[in-house]
Amino acid sequence: MRSSRSAGFADRFGSKSAFPYLFGFFFVISFILSLRLAQVDPRLLVEPAALANLGRFVRGMFPPELSPSFLQVVGPAILETIQISVMGTVVACLLAIPLGLLATSSLTWSGILHERAGRFYQGLWFGPYALSRALLSLFRSIPELVWALLFVRAVGLGPFAGVLALGISYGGMLGKVYSEILEGANPRPLEALHSGGAGRLGIVLYGLLPQALPSLLSYTLYRWECAIRASALLGFVGAGGLGLQIELSMRMFQFNEILTLLGALFLLVAGVDFVSGRIRASLVR
Amino acid sequence: MIVTKTSGDHSILASPRRLLFPWLVTGGFVALVVWSGLGIQVDMGALVGGEGRHQMAVYVKKLFPPDLSAPMLREALVGAIETFAISFVGSLLAVLIALPLSVLTTRTILYRGILYAGRRLGSGEKGFRVGVYASAKAVLNVLRTIPEIVWALIFVFLVGLGPFPGTLALGVHTGGVLGKLFGEVLEDVDPRPLETLRATGASRLQILFYGILPQALPQWTSYALYRWEVNIRAAAVLGFVGAGGLGQRIYISLSLFLEHQLLTLIIAVYIMVTLVDGLSAWLRRRLV
Repeated sequence: MRSSRSAGFADRFGSKSAFPYLFGFFFVISFILSLRLAQVDPRLLVEPAALANLGRFVRGMFPPELSPSFLQVVGPAILETIQISVMGTVVACLLAIPLGLLATSSLTWSGILHERAGRFYQGLWFGPYALSRALLSLFRSIPELVWALLFVRAVGLGPFAGVLALGISYGGMLGKVYSEILEGANPRPLEALHSGGAGRLGIVLYGLLPQALPSLLSYTLYRWECAIRASALLGFVGAGGLGLQIELSMRMFQFNEILTLLGALFLLVAGVDFVSGRIRASLVR
Repeated sequence: MIVTKTSGDHSILASPRRLLFPWLVTGGFVALVVWSGLGIQVDMGALVGGEGRHQMAVYVKKLFPPDLSAPMLREALVGAIETFAISFVGSLLAVLIALPLSVLTTRTILYRGILYAGRRLGSGEKGFRVGVYASAKAVLNVLRTIPEIVWALIFVFLVGLGPFPGTLALGVHTGGVLGKLFGEVLEDVDPRPLETLRATGASRLQILFYGILPQALPQWTSYALYRWEVNIRAAAVLGFVGAGGLGQRIYISLSLFLEHQLLTLIIAVYIMVTLVDGLSAWLRRRLV
């Protein structure tokens, strides 16, 4: 009875595969180690000091700060957050379009466009391809707040550093997704154009872009939605926007201001999601 | 007479509006970009030519070479492992938060759809369940709307400095995100297996466990892995507000103008993120 059950179990996962056991083992080990390294201690949450702080925090939030003098600070911060997100996305596109095109293997060195090209020619294009992939990976693997720290040092405090930080890290993400969209395009229209004698530029403009444009635009808009959230936080490292105010209010224990700022952030994000969602829906249709 | 006139008006109005929409949107975006550019005074010229480029080059030169002395490497390694731990436990906590909330925000489990075919809930009972649905949805919205770094500030205020508040911040925010995604998966499961189960006389709990959850599990795993990739990046910056990991070390070396150490730590972030992305992609192939 027992042996037949264990045989059934082994059958299900393939008797040769040790993967489930290994996975379980490493999962549990890293979980236990991580609990210790992250110094997880739930008791801290119910300690009198923590509860007292929680009470202070929650009571302090109400009523939200809505005095005209504070709203005069919040208003420009919101506008600045929007401006950073828009310019950040623009810079991201400027980076992502050339790098994304170069990182598209079907454009640079493989696939039907290059069937008749020689080995040497393919090798020539492989260099820029690999380089742009590496750059994109570097851009997006370093979080935008770290980029923001660096740019604040390099070009000074203010929204411009935020624009550059968003532009670089979102450029990395957009470029990667652009290249994936372009590589996933249906090759048959391209083949038709190719056999009709169209040049590389013609194939891109008349074969590839018309297919890919809705997805490219839609993804760019989606990234703009993310950029609004991100740009609201860049202020934490001195790169302008709402984040600066959130940090200041938190440091000065002005929790009623925090509630107002979070409310503003919520409305901002919801508004941008709504507008962008409407446009994306019409793009896909 | 009036009817035909209005219907005629409608058809005339509708088509130009449809044609105008893309141009309106494009115009709106151009205006938005111009307004933003003027507001921020992005001086691209200064950036690529002369002054700005010089400033950046000077700073980049200051960063190099990275500090690769043994103590610094050890420090970077400890920070990287701590960051990994924060992201890992934070993501698991998020799944723990998301599971119950996602079930409570699934209308097809709570009060409508195939589970309730042929069974009418009393209006009081139904009202209660709709209330549960709405409040769980509201909780998810609050968790999700507050960014993880703000959660980190709040938890640092509650329990003090260290990686623990960072873990809590990731867990709570990501819990909100995953709760929403998990709930959407539950509402979108294929109803046919559930109908089959019901026809064989399975109870509602059995339908949930044998019909709904097995369908949802691969998608859930995939989403959880994706959020883990997001969280490793977040865990690397939560330290800026005192919540441990590489971020805390980055912030310290930046404040002390230790540029060479800063570069080492940034390289550590890059390696860490790349490794986790690779690991996550591999696990997704194996598990999903």
